[in-house]
Amino acid sequence: MTAPSSWRAARWHRVGWVTSALLLLSLSLLLLALGVGSTGFASVWQVGNDPVAYQIVWDIRAPRALGAWLAGALLGLAGAVAQGLFRNPLADPYLLGSASGAALGVALALALLGSTPFATEWLVRLGITTAAFAGAVAAVLLTLLLARGVQHTLRLLLAGVVVGVVLSAISSLIMMLHPEVMLSMQAFLLGSTSFVGWSACGLMAAAWLLSTLVAWMLARGLDGLSLGEATAASLGLPLPQMRAALVAVLALATGTAVAQTGLIAFVGLAAPHLVRSVVKTTHRYFVVMSSLMGAVLLLAADTLARALLAPQELPVGVLTAVLGGGYLLWLMRRRSHTGSVL
Amino acid sequence: MTRALALCVLALALALCLPARAVELVDDRGVSVRLVPVPRRIVSVLPSLTEMVCALGRCQRLVGVDRYSNYPDSVRSLPKVGGGLDPNIEAIVALQPDLVLLATSSPAADRLQALGIRVVALEPKNYADVQRVLERVGLLLGVPDAQRLWREIDAGVAAAALTLPPRAKGARVYFEVNSAPYAAGEASFIGETLTRLGAANIVSRALGPFPKINPEFVVRADPDVIMVGDASFTGMAQRPGWAGMRAIQAGRVCAFTPAESDVMVRPGPRMAEAARSMAQCLRRHFP
Repeated sequence: MTAPSSWRAARWHRVGWVTSALLLLSLSLLLLALGVGSTGFASVWQVGNDPVAYQIVWDIRAPRALGAWLAGALLGLAGAVAQGLFRNPLADPYLLGSASGAALGVALALALLGSTPFATEWLVRLGITTAAFAGAVAAVLLTLLLARGVQHTLRLLLAGVVVGVVLSAISSLIMMLHPEVMLSMQAFLLGSTSFVGWSACGLMAAAWLLSTLVAWMLARGLDGLSLGEATAASLGLPLPQMRAALVAVLALATGTAVAQTGLIAFVGLAAPHLVRSVVKTTHRYFVVMSSLMGAVLLLAADTLARALLAPQELPVGVLTAVLGGGYLLWLMRRRSHTGSVL
Repeated sequence: MTRALALCVLALALALCLPARAVELVDDRGVSVRLVPVPRRIVSVLPSLTEMVCALGRCQRLVGVDRYSNYPDSVRSLPKVGGGLDPNIEAIVALQPDLVLLATSSPAADRLQALGIRVVALEPKNYADVQRVLERVGLLLGVPDAQRLWREIDAGVAAAALTLPPRAKGARVYFEVNSAPYAAGEASFIGETLTRLGAANIVSRALGPFPKINPEFVVRADPDVIMVGDASFTGMAQRPGWAGMRAIQAGRVCAFTPAESDVMVRPGPRMAEAARSMAQCLRRHFP
């Protein structure tokens, strides 16, 4: 709290430096992602005179790259909020059951699809993404109900774990009774940015702006919580309201990302750690930087996933795990020489 | 005069309306799709639909297929656009198709449609579906008599049933789809073929088309014949209690090669061929 001003200035300097580096990296990756695809760089040169190349670059690659960036940003933000809210470095965005809720929503929708003409018509109209989003939000609400509110961190965590396990069990049951949905479910569980269009980008951008704004305004609550709940309360922070709002941010950010791109692993867990490894700062900047880090991580993974085996694609979730996990392990090894874990 | 004019207008309106009813088709998602113009560049991302397009004589109009489509041989050289569940949108668009055929379970339909591509989702699951889907694909491709192909398939299955000796009738069959184990029940199209051949299925209609079953159930049912793909046949006798089953002891197991399995598990134009393979298996063990 009473850091020497020179140290504080150095820290702000570093925050600015890292943030601009992340923004620059995002921009260059976005440009690179426009050029990578099944036909390589060739289509970018032909955008001016070939309508197909134009459609591929502007209607497929551009929304997909931006979508990967936004989904990563949502997950990174949710990860930072979850880790701050639960004061637990292993917390990830899917902690409150949203992942299994979304999976259950998708499993139910797929199983009902084609069962009756009425159900099919409605499901086609609403789409799988709506089912996933509804499932994620419903799971978080169920967790809140079981934990009787947001007051007790431990109760919330436990309720989240229980809801997660029970809902995944129900999804498995549905998959067993309707084996035909299994392959589609697997595609959802691996996560993919292949089908992101401009409308999905719009939704994610709106959710990202809203949740970043709320998280930015409530960052003081996260700072307070990091000192312990009693201290936070003694600082005069309205903890219950702040917590409820942060849980809402968590649910909105995760639900939106999961609905559009499926369960992409590890971005939400790794992004906050990666930020912590380069700079220590207050939550106000930390949530934003985690968000940018998640965005860069997912966009880089998505671009690689398209480039490595082109025209085939690797599941992007596999690459986020390898990239993020590899970097974390390397950090841990490097740090263990100097004594600290992370 | 005005009456004559009104009649003319009415006749014109009718002339405009009547054909308009026949230019749309409702696919398996319940989405209306226009039938004109007749597609010239088709991408199919479901092996059974690929086979139907070719069986209807429009193979040369396919410009891309999914990575699992491997029949007839001519489609092997076509550009691959990923799998049914992870299709490469960009690769499909780059082929400039005027029709994409896919399964209702494919997540790509909405995205492709948003990009302005005509998408038809059709999912054959049983005999009645195959007949219906063949008719729709025929309508889409402008093939006048798609039902003739269906009658050939139907006759082929019936002919296969006639080759079976009386002893093979009523043989109780266990058809394993994979080693989880998932079985093909009476309600599946594989089960329908078996029923038409006159064989009995140990997995009843009530259990659904492809139920996951308890291995104990198979041991208790003690089938006369086991039909299984090569991959899951390996190690079957080592499953606890399975070595004592009559079919395993007497060697009444038909292990199908991957190519044969492809024919068996696709509800499409090669169902008669699948029926012949199954009949051959039954004849071998019940001469």
